[in-house]
Amino acid sequence: MNAGTETAEMETAEMEKAGVETVGAEVAERPASVDLREEYECSGVREVLEDLDRELIGLTPVKDRIRETAALLLVERARATLGLGHETPTLHMSFTGNPGTGKTTVALKMAGLLKRLGYVRKGHLVSVTRDDLVGQYIGHTAPKTREVLKRAMGGVLFIDEAYYLYRPDNERDYGQEAIEILLQVMENNRDDLVVILAGYADRMEHFFNSNPGFRSRIAHHIEFPDYSDDELMAIARHMMAGQSYTLSPRAEAALAEYIRLRRAQPHFANARSIRNAFDRARLRQANRLFETATGALDAARLSLIDEGDIRASRVFRGGLDSEVARRETKR
Amino acid sequence: MRITQGCFSFLPDLTDDQISAQVGYCLENGWAVGIEYTDEPHPRNTYWEMWGHPMFDLRDPKGVMMELAECRKANPGMYIRINAFDDTRNVESMTLSFLVQRPEVEPAIRMVRTEVDGRAMRYSHEVMR
Repeated sequence: MNAGTETAEMETAEMEKAGVETVGAEVAERPASVDLREEYECSGVREVLEDLDRELIGLTPVKDRIRETAALLLVERARATLGLGHETPTLHMSFTGNPGTGKTTVALKMAGLLKRLGYVRKGHLVSVTRDDLVGQYIGHTAPKTREVLKRAMGGVLFIDEAYYLYRPDNERDYGQEAIEILLQVMENNRDDLVVILAGYADRMEHFFNSNPGFRSRIAHHIEFPDYSDDELMAIARHMMAGQSYTLSPRAEAALAEYIRLRRAQPHFANARSIRNAFDRARLRQANRLFETATGALDAARLSLIDEGDIRASRVFRGGLDSEVARRETKR
Repeated sequence: MRITQGCFSFLPDLTDDQISAQVGYCLENGWAVGIEYTDEPHPRNTYWEMWGHPMFDLRDPKGVMMELAECRKANPGMYIRINAFDDTRNVESMTLSFLVQRPEVEPAIRMVRTEVDGRAMRYSHEVMR
């Protein structure tokens, strides 16, 4: 029995020695200089950034911040290859902005970027909300949060509307437990996952004020501005082109007016509102074609959205009926 | 006595990096990974205690390594093994199993002969601590 364990130990020791030697060899081969331009091209970072530029309309401040972050990470990596003193930079981020400003989309791109730079191993995005992290009874929260964290290891954990985790009105709320586990993992497993918190700007600010631990562990605060009317129009065109729909010139004018009116009405959600408007316009167009068309339809007619399809929206009559009624009673 | 069951058990004990690489291989193949522990290494003891559920939707071995660290903390001096389950045949069939922890002093397994029905012989094994 003893002989067996001894040989095993000896072999382990030998293997460890061999391991040390290979590490030594790597040190000897360390390059003397790094070409950042080449790194930028080879790592595929350029593709991600160009992708971002092409697919996302507007959002200039966000793109600038991401470019800055990418530059920092590239330089950090170059420093590491040259053997300069470096520590894994804190990569946890917070995305603040109104609904429909592209936070989830950018998070997805960010995951790809971090993967290419080698800061996360797998580069997948796990998107969760409070319900996925916080349990319903005592002892339920910790395993639930851990489960999600395990799933997100090697990738990016995106917590949408993160401020719901903290409910100050109920001191026995289980959200606090989830927050503590999150903070611990954000600190101890910085090499394993990146956490992105997202939500409305003012409520996130409140959340960070009541949980200072989060603020200090998050290095990058990125703000997502609202889209301008022109940008929303461009987004609408982009969406329609993506699904092979075209707008008639009059429909385009109607859509511009729609965007202006919709912005002033409640529950405006930027690009998401536009997507919903587009979906409803498709519905009306299909209905119109079905009821009016006689004989064969060509591709052009099937993909044309007309003025009527957009003008029929309730937005032109002042919003949802309930909203209109409420405003009238107030008056 | 050094217990040899499952994969790699004739090799020196795997280091954490090696375990992580093996788990990474399992996850790449889409296998679910479970952790089990026991203090009874009898070869006929196939059902070990489960450490939580098998993990079905992981992408990175780190998740398993975290659970393994927890399991080791809670069960020092016990046998721990990692199992990988393949579901291509519509059942979670075990495809890989290897020990990742063993006690410092392992129990011996002794063979017991029992005479029955006259001179007939029955053999059985028992774990001796």
